[in-house]
Amino acid sequence: MKQLMLGNAAVARGLYEAGCSIISSYPGTPSTEITEEAGKYSEMYCEWAPNEKVAMEVAFGACLAGRRAFCAMKHVGLNVAADPLYTMSYTGVNGGLVIGVADDAGMHSSQNEQDSRHHAIAAKVPMLEPSDSAESLAFAKLAYELSEEYDTPVLLKMCTRVAHSQSVVETAERVVPDMKPYEKNIAKYVMMPGNAKRRHPIVEERTRKLTEWAETAPVNRVEMGGTGMGIITSSTSYQYVKEVFGDSVSVLKLGMANPLPVQLIRDFAAKVDKLAVVEELDPIIENHCKALGLEVIGKDVLPMIGEFSQNLVAEALGGEVHDGRVLDEAIPPRPPVMCAGCPHRGLFYTLSKNKCTVLGDIGCYTLGAVAPLSAMEMTLCMGGSVSALHGFNKARGAESEGRTVAVIGDSTFMHSGMTGLANIAYNQSNSTVIIVDNSITGMTGHQQNPTTGLNLRGEPAGKIDLESLCRAMGFNRVRVVDPYDLKACDVAVKEELAANEPSVIISRRPCALLKTVKHKAPLAVDPDKCRSCKACMKIGCPAISMKNGKACVDATQCVGCGVCEQLCGFGAFTSKEV
Amino acid sequence: METKNVMIVGVGGQGSLLASKLLGHLLLEQGYDVKVSEVHGMSQRGGSVVTYVRYGDKVASPVIDRGEADYIVSFELLEAARWLSYLKPDGQIVTSTQRIDPMPVITGAAQYPEELVEKMRATGAKVDALDCLALANEAGSSKAVNLVLMGRLSHYFDLPEQAWLEAMEAIVPAKFLELNKKAFELGKNA
Repeated sequence: MKQLMLGNAAVARGLYEAGCSIISSYPGTPSTEITEEAGKYSEMYCEWAPNEKVAMEVAFGACLAGRRAFCAMKHVGLNVAADPLYTMSYTGVNGGLVIGVADDAGMHSSQNEQDSRHHAIAAKVPMLEPSDSAESLAFAKLAYELSEEYDTPVLLKMCTRVAHSQSVVETAERVVPDMKPYEKNIAKYVMMPGNAKRRHPIVEERTRKLTEWAETAPVNRVEMGGTGMGIITSSTSYQYVKEVFGDSVSVLKLGMANPLPVQLIRDFAAKVDKLAVVEELDPIIENHCKALGLEVIGKDVLPMIGEFSQNLVAEALGGEVHDGRVLDEAIPPRPPVMCAGCPHRGLFYTLSKNKCTVLGDIGCYTLGAVAPLSAMEMTLCMGGSVSALHGFNKARGAESEGRTVAVIGDSTFMHSGMTGLANIAYNQSNSTVIIVDNSITGMTGHQQNPTTGLNLRGEPAGKIDLESLCRAMGFNRVRVVDPYDLKACDVAVKEELAANEPSVIISRRPCALLKTVKHKAPLAVDPDKCRSCKACMKIGCPAISMKNGKACVDATQCVGCGVCEQLCGFGAFTSKEV
Repeated sequence: METKNVMIVGVGGQGSLLASKLLGHLLLEQGYDVKVSEVHGMSQRGGSVVTYVRYGDKVASPVIDRGEADYIVSFELLEAARWLSYLKPDGQIVTSTQRIDPMPVITGAAQYPEELVEKMRATGAKVDALDCLALANEAGSSKAVNLVLMGRLSHYFDLPEQAWLEAMEAIVPAKFLELNKKAFELGKNA
């Protein structure tokens, strides 16, 4: 049956049809829905792991045991999991092992726009790169065949526009291969120097064989059209090329990003007058062509920054560019903001008021850096806040220890904040770490984590108690505050910063978007009481604006959290209709 | 048939994903090739969001570019104006007149432009503007703005009402179906 399917859902369907049995992932945009959708098939075991490295090692263990296994992550997650990846390349697999990685050119929801094809090349692991949902499904299945035939993990590279676009797929039945026997094989699976030295030549030979496969594999296909220009392309860029040029040019569409074919490219180049490469981010195919001695148009006319589109490709390579009408009006930008009722708001207001230096982390709360709160000064990577706080305090001493905090979410803390906290406990800086516990992984769309007590399918699961965990690491000062209570927040921050030992504040209140959270009635402003002092505007709540000089609450957004009410010195906020 | 383009724009959290799901289902049932491109993640947190729906005999690109949209369906006035350059010369805008101040306006760093409908019309754009929030509330929920907009959009599509109703039945959860059908009708007949 033909149906519309999100690219990520199509990957999940491909895993299902390929008989994958074990899936372990950490959520990250734009990869999250692969695992969420896979979780809807009861035949596959699916879990959220605390981080990508753990997820990949779980998947490796499952493949070692003889099952087809999978893990998914975003591009930066692959950095976290790079350690097992690079050595799994040496051990190879038993059951098939596929790793989904989703790049985010244009940084819709990421801290950088690295090109994960570099990891495939560096780890010497094959990488498939689908360009729509049908290929996402087909390539997921093909990846298992390659994995088992060539004894290698296989990377399946998505990008935002493939992962988050729906297009037509046709589905098939699930076929589960027999579980492979597990046999003790120390030379293959114990990567100590003596064994690894014998595995490395096998890896190089495998790449040679895969390159041979890539020369004739159907995933790398030539679509001959006009021969004035030939374009080598892949992924979503292929779709833009077809949109602009149709059959007026010839196209070599590469479904395999690593290793790249040699003879296929030479033959294609020989058939066209002029050769171009259209690829988002880094010039990987282009540099490969140049290494073959081919003259090629690429990053000299196309950007290395951001996403492509049909107009961008048309403009660079001489296609038809569409223009739109222009409105002679300054349109204010609309950046993302913390939601109305977001529990992080009260905490960031408190940190801003106390003029704290805030080292931040990755999650919804990164929006604490946005005006008017502007209460975050550093965000690097998952877990980075806690470790950097220790370094910051070691460098600046007591003056810094009395005013600097790390802010990290519950899920991010479990991901890689714990190890930084262990370092504070061990190497003794007088640091104050704030865990903003909203009882969910928020930014990626509400995934469970080890602190929520529920598993991926929402069933009861183990629950790590943050207070006990911090105490077990040696923190004597661990306290919990409700971020809706501004006074309690203020006291907690002041006292813990002043304390003469390291401390943890857990700012705890579930995400306001959770379906289980009951909202209070929206507040309203009594215009007679409002003195237009704008004290309530300091928290940057999207539900509050000034109308005719008076504060005004948008009842469709307000969830009655009452934080604004605590800032009003004139009692102008009321929960009754005025 | 040449590919047709519908953009659905608004503010993160306004319900554009359901609208695009409905359109995607509807158009696939009509036998078209369809692509729908969405935004997930950070932009959804109250930011400007856009969903692209494309249909025709064979659709290549999943996105719509400047000057290509046959229709721009907007949940919010400023967002309609933001994406105006994406409209085809003879394209149609269907927008709610709802106004949601973005943070730079809330903080006073920027002004929300006045008379946007008139200004968009002055560029020659066809603009169908209606108070979808009021109609959604009339149907029973402020969350039904998406179906009010779909009802209005159905005016411009040469498809039988039955096709829309079937798509709604397939996509909308059963307990909200009646409410959403009412919202659709109110939008259609506004």
